[in-house]
Amino acid sequence: MAWVGQSIERVEDAALLTGRGRYIDDLPVSPGTLHAAVLRSPHPHALIRSIDGSAARAAKGVAAVITAEDVTRLGSPLLAGVRANIECWPIAVGKVRYVGEAVAVVVAADRYLAEDALELIDVEYEPLPITLRPADALKPDSAVLHDGLRGNIASDRSFRYGDPEAAFARAARRVSVKVDYPRNSCTPIETYGLVVDYDPGEDAYDVLATFQGPFSIHAVLARALKVPGNRLRLRMPPDAGGSFGVKQGIFPYIALMGIAARVAGRPVKWIEDRLEHLTASVSATNRLITLEAAVEADGRVTALAWDQVEDVGAHIRAPEPATLYRMHGNLTGAYDIPNVSVRNRVVLTNKTPSGLNRGFGGPQVYYALERLMQRIAVELKLDALDVIRRNLVPSGAFPYRTATGGLLDSGDYPACVAQAAEEGGLAELRERQKQAHGESRLYGIGMTAVVEPSVSNMGYITTVLTPEERRKAGPKNGAQATATIALDPGGAVSVHVSSVPQGQGHRTVVSQVVADALGLKPTDIRVSTDMDTARDAWSIASGNYASRFGPAVCGAVQLAAERIKAKLARAAAAQLNVAADEVEFASGRVRAKRNPDNALPFGRVAAAAHWAPGTLAEDDQAIRETVFWTPPQLTAPTEDDGINSSLCHGFIFDFCGLEVDRVTGAVRIDKYVTMHDCGRVLHPGMVAGQVTGGFAQAVGAALYEEYVYADDGSFISGTLADYLMPTTIEVPAPLILHFESPSPFTPLGAKGVGEGNCMSTPVCIANAVADALGMAELDLPLTPAKLAALIAEAA
Amino acid sequence: MKPAPFDYVRAGILAEAHDVLAAEGGDAAVLAGGQSLVPLLSMRMARPKVLLDIMHLAELGGIRIENDAIRVGARARQADLLAWSGLAKHQPLLAQAVPWIGHWQTRARGTVCGSVALADPSAELPLCLLALGGEVTLSSKQGQRRVKADDFFTGLMSTARSDDELIEAASFPCRRPGEGFAFREFARRHGDFAIVACAAVVTEKNVRLAIGGVADRPVVRDFDDPGDDALAAFAADLDARDDLHATADYRRDLVRRLGRITIDEAQACRA
Repeated sequence: MAWVGQSIERVEDAALLTGRGRYIDDLPVSPGTLHAAVLRSPHPHALIRSIDGSAARAAKGVAAVITAEDVTRLGSPLLAGVRANIECWPIAVGKVRYVGEAVAVVVAADRYLAEDALELIDVEYEPLPITLRPADALKPDSAVLHDGLRGNIASDRSFRYGDPEAAFARAARRVSVKVDYPRNSCTPIETYGLVVDYDPGEDAYDVLATFQGPFSIHAVLARALKVPGNRLRLRMPPDAGGSFGVKQGIFPYIALMGIAARVAGRPVKWIEDRLEHLTASVSATNRLITLEAAVEADGRVTALAWDQVEDVGAHIRAPEPATLYRMHGNLTGAYDIPNVSVRNRVVLTNKTPSGLNRGFGGPQVYYALERLMQRIAVELKLDALDVIRRNLVPSGAFPYRTATGGLLDSGDYPACVAQAAEEGGLAELRERQKQAHGESRLYGIGMTAVVEPSVSNMGYITTVLTPEERRKAGPKNGAQATATIALDPGGAVSVHVSSVPQGQGHRTVVSQVVADALGLKPTDIRVSTDMDTARDAWSIASGNYASRFGPAVCGAVQLAAERIKAKLARAAAAQLNVAADEVEFASGRVRAKRNPDNALPFGRVAAAAHWAPGTLAEDDQAIRETVFWTPPQLTAPTEDDGINSSLCHGFIFDFCGLEVDRVTGAVRIDKYVTMHDCGRVLHPGMVAGQVTGGFAQAVGAALYEEYVYADDGSFISGTLADYLMPTTIEVPAPLILHFESPSPFTPLGAKGVGEGNCMSTPVCIANAVADALGMAELDLPLTPAKLAALIAEAA
Repeated sequence: MKPAPFDYVRAGILAEAHDVLAAEGGDAAVLAGGQSLVPLLSMRMARPKVLLDIMHLAELGGIRIENDAIRVGARARQADLLAWSGLAKHQPLLAQAVPWIGHWQTRARGTVCGSVALADPSAELPLCLLALGGEVTLSSKQGQRRVKADDFFTGLMSTARSDDELIEAASFPCRRPGEGFAFREFARRHGDFAIVACAAVVTEKNVRLAIGGVADRPVVRDFDDPGDDALAAFAADLDARDDLHATADYRRDLVRRLGRITIDEAQACRA
């Protein structure tokens, strides 16, 4: 029986559950390491007239005070993905553009003294008018954040696929939705942290940081620190307390603290506190969306017209505006819609810059698309499930090329929906709704179908460039995953992957994959995932994002295991006196398939290249194998802007029943069903963990969480008493169902499953609330006060 | 998020605590359970010169019945009160309300008198103290005094305690025959600060409703006839404000709706 597919115990847990996790703040640092504290802007937009750090420099324990002068002298700006005449630095240069922006850094003997000294820095600000909301940023007279731009629109691209104008002209109906998607975040329990050292002898930086990838950022950082990549060693601790994308956003601090360490001449440690994290780490983008559909009388959608205004905050930080383009290949969701027009604008506002966040563009896109499908059902007086079913990509159509260039790899969406409705008890839920309505209770049912993209194409972000600009820049595409397997002189197997897990259990799953390939037990395999760019195999695509571990990293592990197995089989064949293809690996032995008694211990075969290489052909010497794998389907954007933005596309069908309390306006989720086709399931327990965790964060996005800015630009959800995340008490257990259609594009048939519920669940809940209250326009979060006001309005 | 420098004094006897308070006045902060003070210190929103730890003062311990009231000493944790075997029998309102305070973990550290001292307008214990007509025992070098709950809560996070005084105990009157009690609260999540909290104490002739989370302090009103108009008038008189979590309108509506439910429950349990 294969190990893959079993919920074996996680090798990570023994340490984590006994307090032996090795997180960044637990690790020892060099003697003399200094501690940093950051002075942050209290203004959303202001000129910096002067900064006087002299009193702070003289304060007890202070080694240095770092300001923009140091950073601009020793570094260079952070690159971004769009061609716009703006400079983004890791510290405010000349002016501040959001509350919480770094203005100065104190490094001192400890964090207490550093914070004491922050109070002694005298900054003279001259407040400026602000541009806070994306609708304001579109106005020509809005206060300009970056002088290099005439306004606050950093990018404005229009796309056309098929013949949307003709489809709209022919359509029986037009249905549209407007969405003001709020700012929120998936919030890791461990905040950012780093230790940076600078070696003046080699002009080299050594960084230990809670970074999660993508390692395209390594190139951005090397440039920002003005060193070649081989002089920026970036390491990650063995354990991490969650990230959900957010820890990509530590990179400006790596540049900033790198310079601080260089100025101070000593290593610098900085652990972000919770107030800093909420105010100034990153958030998901907020977005204004108008989405219109051309609809036939039976609910079939023939065209979509997207208008998206993406608010990335005060700077375009790499890889933004990727949030806007990550879903470009699947803007038609799970539906067979041949005609699409898109207008994408990226605007700058006086808010914290956006960055990676679980779901990355999916929550925004699917909120509009699936609210639209619900509105089609309401406006055409059709059953919501019928509208979804009539539009699904049909069975047997895979691989299916979407209008915008995505390649949906596999699935059977209609069958999956039918199975979910049956196993999840949709008919019973509708009975419950009838009964509730009979008792005058506000009970609604919502549903949603989405495709969950995974394994991002490194080229998708270049869709923001015109074809002409892309030609000049050269093609970008692919997603190199890496895995290294090594055999030691005792025949023990070690594996390294540059997947930078943030708590997920990558080491366990990798051990299952390798154990299956080599006929060993998972406990025979030692997997390490701490990462060091100076020593480990990695590529710009490495890291923990875009749900790439299962499909891409495990795929590379499988290929590496097969490669080493082929060498060992040839080596063993000579000793077993059989052909190499007659050799099998099972139960810790290498043996003849037809005569299992003709066998050698695995360890003996595996050690041979160490002890007796002279007995082996050069090609059969197996000590260490590193595989790089990139799928051929991830091609660069085409001349007509078609882009296969992701390799795999899982399918999700969710439905739920909920009640809105007439007294308080509070939502009580009665039942939530989530059906997943994530291809081959490698570890059912971890898949359930991913689904449940994503669901919990999605309940937060739907009902609780918002990064709120007051009209004056101040940030008013800066503590965990203001930014409310649901706890176990607020999150019901979803019913998780599975439908397995393996991906033909990945070595193991797995597709990503890490982010889907962050995309499907917020809108599924909103659709149910809309159903309960009969509302057309509904923006998140659905707070009791907001819903109570809607109920009162309707009455 | 590290506190500004302060001196720490662990008082060994009550007189020592009085001396520190007399000497430092408003520059001293009393540390009991620390569930509110410590975060305020870390955010540098509280910057006392001296932190006076009273958790080792043997004189301030204990929960006991005294003068027909539950006297809770300054060292008693909220969890101690909840676990006190006489609670449901002697004061059902407290038995209903205390589980709403924060979380299991915060109740294990937070003290009853600390919550009374902080006087957060959303807090459950000040609300109950007011609804029950309890009192606070204060002491200083000058001696001891007792202040009725009505007079103790003077505004947003402010009380009648002088800078040189220490809260020794809070006394919650025991239930009397014929009384009915109910407590209801609405917050965004379990354990959050109440958006509206309601405590009702009813007798044959009187209905008393106390509301937290709306005005700058808990507010109590007695009704002969708590009809809808009377409740609406009470809600309108409270100085409700908008904040991040709820509008003033929403709070007033909840006072009317939850207040009604709370009164009905109190009357039902009296009957």
